[in-house]
Amino acid sequence: MDFLPSALTLARIQFAFTVSFHFIFPAFSIGLASYLAVLEALWLKTGKAYYLDLFKYWLKIFAVAFAMGVVSGIVMSYQFGTNWSVFSDKAGGVIGPLMAYEVLTAFFLEAGFLGVMLFGMKKVGKRLHFAATLMVAIGTFISAFWILSVNSWMQTPTGHIMSPDGRFLPGPSWSAIIFNPSFPYRLVHTVIAAYLTTAFVVGAVGAWHLLRGHATDAVKTMFSMAMWMAALVAPIQIFAGDMHGLNTLEHQPAKVMAMEGHYESHPNGAPLYLFGIPNEKEQRLDYAIGIPKASSLILKHDPDAPLAGLDTIPDEDQPPVSIVFWSFRIMVGIGFLMLGLGAWSLLARTRRRLYDWPLLHRAALLMGPSGFVAVIAGWITTEVGRQPFTVYGLLRTADSVSPLAAPAVAASLAAFVVVYFAVFGIGTWYILKLMSHPPHPGESGIEGIEGGPLRTAGITPGPTQNPTREQGGERLPDDDGAGESHS
Amino acid sequence: MMPDLDLAAVWAFIIAFAVFMYVVMDGFDLGIGILFPTFKAGEERSQAMNAIAPVWDGNETWLVLGGGGLLAAFPLAYAIILPATYPLIIAMLLGLVFRGVAFEFRWRDPRHERFWDFSFFAGSLVAAMSQGMILGALLQGIDVDGRAYGGGWLDWLSPYSLLTGLGTVAGYALLGSTFLAMKVTGRAEDHAYSLAWKAAIATLALMAAVSLATPFLFRQYWDRWFEMPNILFAAQVPLLTGVIFFALLRSLSKKRRYRPFLLALGLFALGMIGLGISMWPYVIPDSVTIWQAAAPERSQVFMLIGTVIIMPIILGYTAWAYWVFRGKVEEGYH
Repeated sequence: MDFLPSALTLARIQFAFTVSFHFIFPAFSIGLASYLAVLEALWLKTGKAYYLDLFKYWLKIFAVAFAMGVVSGIVMSYQFGTNWSVFSDKAGGVIGPLMAYEVLTAFFLEAGFLGVMLFGMKKVGKRLHFAATLMVAIGTFISAFWILSVNSWMQTPTGHIMSPDGRFLPGPSWSAIIFNPSFPYRLVHTVIAAYLTTAFVVGAVGAWHLLRGHATDAVKTMFSMAMWMAALVAPIQIFAGDMHGLNTLEHQPAKVMAMEGHYESHPNGAPLYLFGIPNEKEQRLDYAIGIPKASSLILKHDPDAPLAGLDTIPDEDQPPVSIVFWSFRIMVGIGFLMLGLGAWSLLARTRRRLYDWPLLHRAALLMGPSGFVAVIAGWITTEVGRQPFTVYGLLRTADSVSPLAAPAVAASLAAFVVVYFAVFGIGTWYILKLMSHPPHPGESGIEGIEGGPLRTAGITPGPTQNPTREQGGERLPDDDGAGESHS
Repeated sequence: MMPDLDLAAVWAFIIAFAVFMYVVMDGFDLGIGILFPTFKAGEERSQAMNAIAPVWDGNETWLVLGGGGLLAAFPLAYAIILPATYPLIIAMLLGLVFRGVAFEFRWRDPRHERFWDFSFFAGSLVAAMSQGMILGALLQGIDVDGRAYGGGWLDWLSPYSLLTGLGTVAGYALLGSTFLAMKVTGRAEDHAYSLAWKAAIATLALMAAVSLATPFLFRQYWDRWFEMPNILFAAQVPLLTGVIFFALLRSLSKKRRYRPFLLALGLFALGMIGLGISMWPYVIPDSVTIWQAAAPERSQVFMLIGTVIIMPIILGYTAWAYWVFRGKVEEGYH
């Protein structure tokens, strides 16, 4: 089996693949759960029906996304043991309890209240139902808290003691482990990213229906809310990202060198490379175009400050530069595009053209998936930038892998690729189908609301009172057909 | 602070509890999936699906707690067992992917409902079989080399692990059918009772076969079950199993509503006790004890505090969620 890459390489590809796929769903559901809670709160407060319509509309989409997040998440919780067993043995005493707390405080909360949220309104009443929605939203946030604590500890490990046989033991203070130096930055940056991701999806769906002439209250509301989010939060995100970058420079300088393409040290101020092609063999940035001294200005707030390059890092401790360099640029580029769209929406508001500016709506539609791309690019930047270590500076990736034969890992990787593309591709298609219809008055999302459909079905009700079910799942008998054209 | 508390033993019980909760709760979900093709497409299958739709996600969370808890409390065991049963774990996870998305997808796409019904069935069957075989692979012993798995990648495959796999499938089918008997109405209900009868016979036969084969795997198992004075205590397990099985068949023939499911839970509880009698104090039989595999004391204490506080709350709201969706599937919708 010489043609196969090593078990280590395959295990890395498998982890990267499964985690990237998985991350799409929580990035969306963290923001969406909060959005649903806001919509339900607005409905309870104002009594305006279109908030309920929007709630029920997005609830169906949430349910499909959440199911995919759950099943891909279970895979992640076992990957540590299947493919990274040596890491599990060595670091389990530190990260295991954090992950166990994630299950206890977040997963059970989400799962326990999800059923009530999805179809319990008639059974428990509005107030209790809202409480269930809140619990699910809070659960997604608590989950982010713990898993980012684990990840941040692997990036900037503190609070542990090394045992003589190379295992990580917890020190006297768990808060030193949980609140490790990069954790607050990573948590804020990631949660805001999830909110922005959701906002751009919601905005794109709103834009799509505005473009197709469905300028209903519900459609206008979702577009407007999403654009407020973009306008207000994208600048905050850029600021938070900058802070996170400074923190990374302090604790993981090699990662920042790779992000910025600094192979060589700059004793008199480093340029900010806008473009270049990393040449790993020659250890230099080809075709580099940079703004003199700008990198020092950004990173050290002094144009003449010296900045060390990868030439100060031993070869065997350097992260792969090309991947980090490009993924970082993709993330930052999308961040600025988001900022631009948010600013444009503010301009449209001042001109009272928010719902009447097709070019803006096309741009918003185009930007719909941008959050997912940015989130994955950011994730790649931080994870690949941590290489060649699993626990930064202390435990190498090569020393973390399970003693598995390459064919076993190759077979499982192939199975994951086939199943994930098929299953999650189809699920994404279903979500797009749901999104292709505008929310309409009397939207069916939860059974039994105000004389609505009578039968619960699946996590969200499918076609109800329709025994033959020849119609599409999103078509409901209470549809009057308004705005349902497929043209 | 806690001078005499054997933390490893406490954690062994907590993990065993999480595994038991998972086995019985996702057990009836997976069992319904295994039996799914025997229900008539359309209305009957929708009833079966609706019986578990609000709770399956919570049930599956116990699996994450079992895995996460093992990593946290016994990292060495986690690091040895998972690579040793690698193909089974992957098969289980992929089975759970198909099973989990089927809950949502089958309603979204009526033209492909049959395909997602099949995914629900096949995913459930593969997950159940894999779980049973993982148990068998563990009971028959794992080749340990230092602090890592030392065997080949097909060591888990044996007649014994196939037997435990089949036993788990039958047992889950019993849980699923007795659960459905409580929750559905009409022809589906009659069908559930008749399935439960067959599943009960199959479960008993396979449980007996596994119980007879197990003592021959390791000297320790034999001693636990057949040496004096152990046999006096251990013998209670098969005796009670017989009594419960008899009561189960009676309650099925009388079509009691709740009793068959509760008695099926009893069978699983006895199975778990039997496992404990065989394995204690090993987490990997004949190789690694719970004390050798234990996480650092600080890790175990830190988690124990949270578990003691949070677990009752989890059990509380889980019970509440079940209470909200109590009764037959169609009740309360008119």
